[in-house]
Amino acid sequence: MSDLETLEQSLLSDIASASDEQAVEAVRVAALGKKGSVSEMLKTLGAMSAEERQTKGPAINGLKNRVTDALSARKSELRDVAITARLVAEKIDVTLPVRQSPAERGRIHPISQVIDEIAAIFGDLGFAIAEGPDVETDHYNFTALNFPVGHPAREMHDTFFFPPDQNGERKLLRTHTSPVQIRTMETQKPPIRIVIPGKTYRQDSDATHSPMFHQVEGLVIDKTANIANMKWVLEEFCKAFFEVPSVKMRFRPSFFPFTEPSLEVDIQCDRSRPGEVRFGEGNDWMEILGCGMVHPNVLRHGGLDPDEYQGFAWGMGIDRIAMLKYGMPDLRAFFDADVRWLQHYGFRPLDMPTLFGGLSA
Amino acid sequence: MKFTLSWLKDHLDTDASLDQIVERLTSIGLEVESVDDKAALKPFVIAKVLTANRHPDADKLQVLTVDTGDGKPVQVVCGAPNARAGLIGAFAAPGAYVPGIDVTLSVGKIRGVESHGMMCSERELQLSDEHNGIIDLPADAPVGTSFAAYAHLDDPVIEINLTPNRPDATSVHGIARDLAASGLGTLKGGKVEPVAGDGECPVKVSIEAPELCPGFALRLVRGVKNGPSPKWMQQRLLAIGLRPINALVDITNYVTFDHGRPLHVFDASKVAGNLVVRRGREGDKVLALDGREYALTSEMCVIADDNGVESIAGVMGGEHSGCDENTTDVLIESALWAPLNVARTGRTLGIITDARYRFERGVDPEFMVPGVELATKLVLELCGGQPTRTDVTGYAGHTAKVVSLPLSEVKRLTGIEVPKAESLDILTRLGFGVSGDGDVVEVSVPSWRPDVDGKADLVEEVIRIHGVDNIAPQPLGAHDAVNGKILTTLQIRTRSARRALAVRGMMEAVTWSFIPARHAELFGGGQDSLKLSNPIAADMSDMRPSLLPGLIAAAQRNADRGLGDVALFEVSGTYENDTAEGQRRVASGIRRGTAKLEGSGRNWSGNAGNVGVFDAKADAIAALEACGAPVDRLQIETGAPAWYHPGRSGVIKLGPKVVLGAFGEFHPRTLEGLDVSGPLCGFEVYVDAIPEPKAKPTKTKPKLELSAFQAVKRDFAFVVDKAVEAGTLTRAALAADKKLITGVSVFDVFEGASLGEGKKSIAIEVSIQPVEKTLTDQDFEALAARIVENVKKQTGGALRS
Repeated sequence: MSDLETLEQSLLSDIASASDEQAVEAVRVAALGKKGSVSEMLKTLGAMSAEERQTKGPAINGLKNRVTDALSARKSELRDVAITARLVAEKIDVTLPVRQSPAERGRIHPISQVIDEIAAIFGDLGFAIAEGPDVETDHYNFTALNFPVGHPAREMHDTFFFPPDQNGERKLLRTHTSPVQIRTMETQKPPIRIVIPGKTYRQDSDATHSPMFHQVEGLVIDKTANIANMKWVLEEFCKAFFEVPSVKMRFRPSFFPFTEPSLEVDIQCDRSRPGEVRFGEGNDWMEILGCGMVHPNVLRHGGLDPDEYQGFAWGMGIDRIAMLKYGMPDLRAFFDADVRWLQHYGFRPLDMPTLFGGLSA
Repeated sequence: MKFTLSWLKDHLDTDASLDQIVERLTSIGLEVESVDDKAALKPFVIAKVLTANRHPDADKLQVLTVDTGDGKPVQVVCGAPNARAGLIGAFAAPGAYVPGIDVTLSVGKIRGVESHGMMCSERELQLSDEHNGIIDLPADAPVGTSFAAYAHLDDPVIEINLTPNRPDATSVHGIARDLAASGLGTLKGGKVEPVAGDGECPVKVSIEAPELCPGFALRLVRGVKNGPSPKWMQQRLLAIGLRPINALVDITNYVTFDHGRPLHVFDASKVAGNLVVRRGREGDKVLALDGREYALTSEMCVIADDNGVESIAGVMGGEHSGCDENTTDVLIESALWAPLNVARTGRTLGIITDARYRFERGVDPEFMVPGVELATKLVLELCGGQPTRTDVTGYAGHTAKVVSLPLSEVKRLTGIEVPKAESLDILTRLGFGVSGDGDVVEVSVPSWRPDVDGKADLVEEVIRIHGVDNIAPQPLGAHDAVNGKILTTLQIRTRSARRALAVRGMMEAVTWSFIPARHAELFGGGQDSLKLSNPIAADMSDMRPSLLPGLIAAAQRNADRGLGDVALFEVSGTYENDTAEGQRRVASGIRRGTAKLEGSGRNWSGNAGNVGVFDAKADAIAALEACGAPVDRLQIETGAPAWYHPGRSGVIKLGPKVVLGAFGEFHPRTLEGLDVSGPLCGFEVYVDAIPEPKAKPTKTKPKLELSAFQAVKRDFAFVVDKAVEAGTLTRAALAADKKLITGVSVFDVFEGASLGEGKKSIAIEVSIQPVEKTLTDQDFEALAARIVENVKKQTGGALRS
């Protein structure tokens, strides 16, 4: 065996037995470093004759190349082993739970969500949203809405009053959202198309009545709006809100001081399944709203001539339609802020009701 | 308003079924609340006892064989003392429900003897309290037929939910008139014939308060015999929930419902002198028919005689002059009373009667006199006697209202064309007078419809009888374009604040607008003008000055249920005063326990600590940011309202005057006052105080300028007095070079003995963005010197060595 072969075997064996990158580097320096064994051999080429160089040259260079390749192969092999070992060492238990995103924990109250649903529907029909104060005057809550002083209809409202002021006038908590009808007529010329969601108050408390509740009122005033249009708006609303392809509604003559003619509206439904009401089917009728043509006296109180302008209005309970749609049994729970109830009946903050994406998820 | 079907048919000639009548009533605006078709009495048949033998094992029981009409006698064990062979009574077969004992019968053995049904007492059928024996019918009662039909107990009872505008429908006759107008039969018995009387009524009436009494009719009937009223009248009164008293009283109740005409009867022997209609006086008292004594005021109208007050006008009669079985001479009163006064008197005294119900809605003035005549007729029929003439005082007669009705009005308001002839026909059938034959007719309103004032009322009459269901929906004129924004800035901000806070893991609560007075006072409220005069409960008395007390109380309720880590918010109204402007729109939230943004409670990756001022601050700023407030210009200062912890709270301002909110932990005395415990923090953001965004001609965003030079960060640590606020220091650093310095953040705050007494160290990281050239070392040194200089100037602090 020539010296070259001996050297090669020895070097390749050293490389193979190198157990880490440091050992590989030591072999490299010993062979290919400035004073390395292979480098020393290469230096001898200069002193050789041309003939000798022709045979020794390729042999030594071949040795150098094979050693270089072996070094890099061993290096990469060792790196793979090191990475594998590191990965094993770094393994952790990924079944450990992560914290829920705050956006998933938070909740929107059903009342706010339903108000947004109502806004989405009426926004599409060209209605604006109007608001007004909870603490009202007798004028806006009753007189301007054609409730004669002392009339039994006033008494039916179970009004909360504040103490009389120095002029003997007492403010009250609005018993309905209708005062905003007058406030709107006073500041805006027809055509008027508004819906008025808000808090209302009556001295009443049981499973379906609460001293504070929410109503949404609608008002359309122009020169042609009539009962036929009102029926259409209310049917379209009920279909869109309850997310059913059709609804059957029954309009009954009724009485409200601020509308004439006045109607009450029942909606066809199926209540045969406990805890659930289905609309657009069934044999039951459920009263859901009151409506009518705006009373001429109300138009006059709003500064409009009832022979020139006409329109219709309606009102319904937000809490009530929310209870019907989402199957919440007890109105009192709405105002208790029990986080278990909010978690269950509330809505995820990013579930925004839209018509293009559907009102509810 | 309740009535029975047979009673209705006294006034309405119709072949319509009960179902048809009920449906029609609802569709013309007389909403049927309930119908009792007496199905409960259907199982009871008339049966005859064939034999009655002593029970072999019980002294007080008999074993009967009973013929129930099908020819197959059944065996019944019976304990009634009057059970005997030949008795005809009411039998219930196995399977029948017996309401008086709340039992569904089955075949059973009583002391070893089988019993196949039951012979019933009146109490068992809930007809009366009679339970001394079983029902004992006359010998001609038809065996095998319905007992209820035989005893006229199968008369269905209809209750309508009457709207307050329809006094005419407080009478069976008025309801029949509406049904007849709708085409469901013919109205009967409209005209009441006067009953001739002999001589003047000896008791005279003077009206001293004509404004409260526009008419008074009185008549005496002598020599009456006042026993129980006949069975048919008692049954009708019982069916609608009235207790029969005696014939004279029952007649007044009957006419009240039959014609909507409340009456009063005085026992003439107990009336002293003449009657005076006057206002109540100081010290006036009356023992009323309900057995209670009422004190009267000058706001009330009374009928008095020489003895004093005998009756509260239009509300309730007095006990003293009431009629009983000893009454021989009766005064029949039919009067008119001012509706508002009756309503107010009834409300003040807390009396609800059938008379008040009608008078406060307005009775038909033209039926005042016929009412006396109808009552007289019934008195003569049931009690005998000789009437005087009717004496009428103060009645000026009725002038009908006349309304001009353009017939086009029906189409204008309803959208449907009702033929002119039909419109006029409906009005006529309802009792309106119509004159003229042009496009505008003159309509006179009948005396029983005080609710009809104008043409809209007449349109309602036409359309409710024509049928509201006949109006086909018509689309509301559509917009010819995409709808624009419909919400106001405040509405948008309200929604944004809600969603932004919910995204931070908080749950939206809706709490009461009225809170306990002591809670309101703790949060700067409690003034008299915002206290309810008639709260529904003592602890729901004051309009809330802040959303915080309601939310904190709610958190405590949850904690009491074992859920102490809660984050709640509300975006709603608070009340500074009783004006419209005094109602603020506030976003407010609280966190309790360890309910932090990232989560609450223990976790393998690190436990959540107690919530504190900075959690509330972050919530407040997030709400403001969502509302579009200029967050980079907000100033945080101390001096939050008194309900906050003075050292752990802040106010958020925009400029020196505009307060946008406050945040912090709470004052221990506040928590004590609310009776709550636990780590708590909260905030209030005044959504309505955020300035409106400036209107811009386009939605184009400002051009993005990106520097070509590398951004650099430099750290500085300053030693300052402990009282120096980090905000002052960072503002000073920022101000050192507004062009180059793009941000300053605080990354460490340290207090320690090494810094000296009353000192602390604040470490900041300054972000520098070169804009024109790469900065040289000299440039950085100069910038650093300016920062240090400015911080020193503003805070007195020095670079930490």
